[in-house]
Amino acid sequence: MSTLLFTDSEWSFDRLKATYNAIEEIALNDLGLNVYPNQIEIISSEQMLDAYSSHGMPLMYRHWSFGKHFARDQMMYQKGYTGLAYEIVINSDPCIAYLMEENTMTMQALVMAHASFGHNHFFKNNYLFRQWTDAEGILPYLDFAKKYISKCEDEYGFEEVEKILDSAHALMDQGVFRYNRPPRLSEADKLARAVARAEHEQRTFNDIWRTLPTTEEPDDEAEERQLEVRNIKLPEENLLYFIEKASPVLKPWQRELVRIVRNISQYFYPQKQTKVMNEGCATFVHHYIMHALYDKGLINEGSIMEFLHSHSSVVFQPDFDDPRYSGINPYALGFAMMEDIKRISTDPTDEDREWFPDFAGKGDWREVLKDAWANYRDESFLLQFLSPKVMRDFRLFALHDDSKEAHYEVEAIHDEMGFRKLRERLARQYDLGMHEPNIQVVSADLEGDRMIALRHEVHAARNLDPKTKEDVLWHVHRLWGHKVKMDEEAA
Amino acid sequence: MNHFHFIDRRKNPKGKSLGNRQRFLRRAKVQIKEAVNKSIRDRSVKDLDNGEKITIPSKSTAEPRFRLNPESGERDYVAPGNKEFGVGDRIKKPPKQGGKGQGKDAADSGESEDQFQFTLTQEEFLDIFFEDLELPNLVKRTLKETKATAYRRAGITVAGSPTNLNLIRTMRNAHGRRLALKRPSTREVNELKERLFELERIAFPGEGEIAEKKALLIKLEEMEARRRWAPFIDPLDVRYNAYEPTPVPTTAAVMFCLMDVSGSMGEREKDLAKRFYMLLYLFLKRRYERVDVVFIRHTHHAEEVDEETFFYSRQSGGTVVSTALEKMLEVQKERYPAGEWNIYVAQASDGYTQSGDAKRCVEMLNEDVMPISQYYAYIEILDERELEVFSDKDSGAELWRAYRTFAPKWKTFAQTRIAKPSDIFPVFRELFAKNAREAA
Repeated sequence: MSTLLFTDSEWSFDRLKATYNAIEEIALNDLGLNVYPNQIEIISSEQMLDAYSSHGMPLMYRHWSFGKHFARDQMMYQKGYTGLAYEIVINSDPCIAYLMEENTMTMQALVMAHASFGHNHFFKNNYLFRQWTDAEGILPYLDFAKKYISKCEDEYGFEEVEKILDSAHALMDQGVFRYNRPPRLSEADKLARAVARAEHEQRTFNDIWRTLPTTEEPDDEAEERQLEVRNIKLPEENLLYFIEKASPVLKPWQRELVRIVRNISQYFYPQKQTKVMNEGCATFVHHYIMHALYDKGLINEGSIMEFLHSHSSVVFQPDFDDPRYSGINPYALGFAMMEDIKRISTDPTDEDREWFPDFAGKGDWREVLKDAWANYRDESFLLQFLSPKVMRDFRLFALHDDSKEAHYEVEAIHDEMGFRKLRERLARQYDLGMHEPNIQVVSADLEGDRMIALRHEVHAARNLDPKTKEDVLWHVHRLWGHKVKMDEEAA
Repeated sequence: MNHFHFIDRRKNPKGKSLGNRQRFLRRAKVQIKEAVNKSIRDRSVKDLDNGEKITIPSKSTAEPRFRLNPESGERDYVAPGNKEFGVGDRIKKPPKQGGKGQGKDAADSGESEDQFQFTLTQEEFLDIFFEDLELPNLVKRTLKETKATAYRRAGITVAGSPTNLNLIRTMRNAHGRRLALKRPSTREVNELKERLFELERIAFPGEGEIAEKKALLIKLEEMEARRRWAPFIDPLDVRYNAYEPTPVPTTAAVMFCLMDVSGSMGEREKDLAKRFYMLLYLFLKRRYERVDVVFIRHTHHAEEVDEETFFYSRQSGGTVVSTALEKMLEVQKERYPAGEWNIYVAQASDGYTQSGDAKRCVEMLNEDVMPISQYYAYIEILDERELEVFSDKDSGAELWRAYRTFAPKWKTFAQTRIAKPSDIFPVFRELFAKNAREAA
């Protein structure tokens, strides 16, 4: 019997270190996880609220919308409508995770297992994150962005900067490359140039007037940009990219602001597509590790009971008719599916053998899970791994909603006939293309009247919400400076 | 073992999101102001000292995005918790304006799609409340009270957080230590090694070469040992930038509340006066780090009392206003030297005093009180009927008329009349409006 890591709820740095080491032992040697180095930061609840309001990033430029979110989160928290998330973790190298000082020692252990190993492994290994984000570069980039924007505020005034940021924010969802990989090299090249500029500024410290963001574009840069514009093949789905390169009215510093917003949007794009998997992975890992700690005699009954209490509230899934229902809980679904993969590997039923011949009963659940974590996103993961048992446990059913009808129609339930349909439908629910409008730049008359034409490809007769359409188009107009046209067409 | 470390961020400066909040407040300024003014109308002066939950139209701070119209087209949807439905069942859609469940939640938190609700801190609330007001002649800034502190650079320490690491000092110390301890440089070691390799390459070394090689090997080992013993960077070398809290000068004010408590001042009059004092107190608190309040009540003689007694205990007697001024001067001389304190006086009365006393009051004000005061506010509390009678500023009770004659001499003197609670705020604004000279 080993000695307990802790017996009461107080945490201390020594206990954290000892517990971290015990968790790491299990994560690396038993589960075989592959993680970035960890940086774990202890913060207060107020700092947690702070972090919340700016996308959870430790560094962010200043903008009123973050203040607005902070004001709301703070009120909701103070009135007790919502609790605080117990963890925020950042896809960076080193992987930064926050621990709140109010947490008990058991909760700190849970959060370390969840964030510093679960999420961390997912960030480092999942193909979307590997291909589309730059864990090493993000923090320096945000630092650059923050300084650049505050410099622009000094030079051109809050209002001018706010205008560009507001408009760019309105197009954030249309600021990502969905199908092509982002042109990373040239981006990295630009970043390097920006950094070189910053270094130059530091060396010529007495020459401060030249450090201000430029208003006039040097000829060679303008030429290079024109070349890039000519290389863009229309239609282009990344509106912000197109505007940044081709807008006839933006000044160089304004283009840089648009680029910053676009890069941040791109950085978060993989997270939107892997909510179930990412949370499922982290929840599975913390669940496994906490039980392993208990089995090894490193934590006591009180601690494991406390853990189970918070774990079960994390994976709680209210029914559709429950007032607490607000969609499917990604923690619950992800965790249930991953636990089920483990069960199918080690203790399959005949049904499982039929559905998952590849791995049922083979016992290598670690490998199956690691493969899933590395090579799938929510949509494909559900399509591949959602088992009849999980569908039964969740009592899933598929509804068809035609806005012209007064009724929903039930099209599938959790029975033999319905499993495949349910699985396919649920998977499609996680395809971002299905619920984000598909908007493209179809033409831009750069030589003539400079009108830009956008097209919304309408799916399933779902049009743009008229409540926001005009407002967003107004923002497009501000960035483009000339006439903007928008068509909605059935694809 | 994977590399990891802990960082304690709890001591980091607070209010990282302050800049964002200021930007938000500025952005929604017009709407917030409107909401604040509305809430002032609805609440009593007494609880001005709290933060305020306010609701503004969300349109002003909307962040529009393109999104699909939820009420158009067809969509498929998978939900959990089926208990009774079979394939082909039809479920009636809930009436529009959101389902029952959602709607109730929204009502509980007081929010809807068109409104944005949040809490202003007391600071922010009052800042907006007092925005156009400014106390006149805010000139004396003494160093008497030093409560606020700010972090200033304070040299170098040996302990600190990684973010405060002073790289230049650290490397300089390391360099010095390496020189002092005669740490062999990498170049020296490499030269030695090269010579060793040369020697090794000789197929048949002579005796001298063997001896040299031996010597070199021993030397190399010594060097390596020395390098281990004197590392490139030692924890001893590490230096951090230090920050120390430094006091920031602030100012102090004293507020004298003078009130006539003779029989002619009833509950209603006292209550009105109290509201005025509270507002004034709040206002001063916004401006000064420390505000002392002195309560002086008077009939035909004056005394300093505590707040409770001031407002609630009864006393009967005649009315001699000048006694209160005498008392005030006495307290001021004793405890609040004019060079260190900003002095504010607020006097409330129903305007009646013994004949002849008004003249004495004016003399005292002229000679003793006004020269040391930042501001002197006289409010006369009337009933509504009287207010109509005295709608002309020049007519009034004895004290009013007396003050009226000398008031123009002092820009820092203000006199006004109130009759009901709703008069207070406008009067207050008038008294302390930016152009107090004209108003008074």
